[in-house]
Amino acid sequence: MTQLVLFVIFGAITLAAAIAVVTARNLFHAVLWLLLAFFGVAGLYVLLEAPFFAAAQLFIYMGAIGVLIIYALMLTRGVMRQQVPLVNDQWALVAVLAVALLAVLSWLFLQHTWPTVDQAVGPDSLRTLGEALVDPGRYGFPFEVASVLLVMALIGAVTIVRER
Amino acid sequence: MDFLRNAIVEIGLWIEGLLINAGLAEPAADVIMTVVGAFVVGFTPLMIVVFLIWMYRKVSARIGGRMGPNSSGTWAGPWGLVQPIADVIKMFTKEDIRPQGIDVIPYNLAPIIIVVAAVMIWAVMPFGPGAEMVGADLNIGIFYVLAFSSAALIAFLMAGWSSNNKYAVVGAFRAVAQLLGYEIPQLLSILIVVMVVSSFVGPQGNPLSLQSIVEAQEGMIFLVVLPLPALVFWLASLAEINARPFELLEAESELVAGVQIEYSAMKWGMFYVGEFMGSVAVSALFATIFLGGWRGPWVDTAPVLGTVWFLLKILFMLNVWTFFQMTLPRLRIDQMLAFNWKFLVPLSLFAICVIGVVNKLIPEGATSWLRSGILLATNVVILLLAWAVLAIGKRRRELRAPAGAGVEVGA
Repeated sequence: MTQLVLFVIFGAITLAAAIAVVTARNLFHAVLWLLLAFFGVAGLYVLLEAPFFAAAQLFIYMGAIGVLIIYALMLTRGVMRQQVPLVNDQWALVAVLAVALLAVLSWLFLQHTWPTVDQAVGPDSLRTLGEALVDPGRYGFPFEVASVLLVMALIGAVTIVRER
Repeated sequence: MDFLRNAIVEIGLWIEGLLINAGLAEPAADVIMTVVGAFVVGFTPLMIVVFLIWMYRKVSARIGGRMGPNSSGTWAGPWGLVQPIADVIKMFTKEDIRPQGIDVIPYNLAPIIIVVAAVMIWAVMPFGPGAEMVGADLNIGIFYVLAFSSAALIAFLMAGWSSNNKYAVVGAFRAVAQLLGYEIPQLLSILIVVMVVSSFVGPQGNPLSLQSIVEAQEGMIFLVVLPLPALVFWLASLAEINARPFELLEAESELVAGVQIEYSAMKWGMFYVGEFMGSVAVSALFATIFLGGWRGPWVDTAPVLGTVWFLLKILFMLNVWTFFQMTLPRLRIDQMLAFNWKFLVPLSLFAICVIGVVNKLIPEGATSWLRSGILLATNVVILLLAWAVLAIGKRRRELRAPAGAGVEVGA
């Protein structure tokens, strides 16, 4: 019961904040709403008994990605204006695409039979996750590929900004 | 006698017994006790901070050859002890000036976020042995602390941007450059400790939990076993809490006051308390990770002593912070960035590789003394290497610089 109430609260926070992101007329406010949406998702992770993901959500999405977006925004000219137009002349095309995406996602959501597990999450879920990530037979390879990708992005960023 | 052994837990059980006797069902009493516990954990740091600010002012005044708070003019209690309370009352009654052109909601939200983030950290601090003495012994422990410390960054950005003041915006930019950058060596140095913890407590323990980090220091505190991560953590944390020599966020001679320039009255007070609680939290983290937390003599016979030792260690680290704050000059912004990216980050990356391999090479059955000794030796070797690299770099710069030109300081 408590779980359900909390789920509804966090879900409502996430949804309301997400709607506010696209309807806010001030770009800086839109980012702040986005941060609130990230926070709501972190709450959902806590309810799923995945505290590590909740902390990672706060740490990476709010602490790093949110800040990065704010930084990028401050370098644009649009943020100087209090009111920004919400749509440009491509809105009709985007609306069609968005509706199509929504239709595909809803179809997938309804058609798929979602597996459920009877037993609760064990107390050592974090250890299981860590071992799975470094086990070559399971997720070791994708994990390493992801880190190679990040290193490439890092080196690329340095190469772009380097003075010659 | 039992009461003296662990007074805090006994008081909790006693109040819960009273509630159950008064006719409450046990689950309801449990919920009430959880809420009360949360209030105690949340408010005790806020209350103690008032006294700690008095201590900070007194110690920093002595370093500067002054008297600090005292009763010579108006009465302020013995040694000026009542002074912080008078300050708090003054802060509450001051006029709240709201400048023109601010972004109202982010402007008012920023000081709240700072204080909330500073309070949340205390939920996972172990105040004594046993599960009852931690607010919530989360299995992510230390990661939770780091996640919440990044909330201060958002608050700085909100405050800087919404104040409609260019000095505030520059302060916010500096906050991002400094806080995001120094998060990396701070995290890496903690990661070294986490790697080592599981070798000390065995595979059953959870190395991320602060309680098991304290338990791992049974033989020897980690300051002695891992002096290099301790140094890196302390320096990076000083930058994270905006303390000198990394006090660039509110550099008075350049930015007037940085992000808090447009704040007055209690909102300014919340910034002050939030930042001060940040330094208390860093002291507590250092005490927990490197000084053994609640460990000390006679804790086995009287667990309540653990809380006393923990608080004494926090006080000691706070005074170390005060000495840094009062005796070091401020770095330039390029020096601050270079010190992080060219010195602390490579050093901690190198240390994490070497210490990780060395720790794995030590056989499982080795006594904790042998393990501590080998790790200490590794740390000393890495520190000497870092010093040698710095010395060579300095020699090269001196050779390259034209005669008479000032040599660039900084790492």
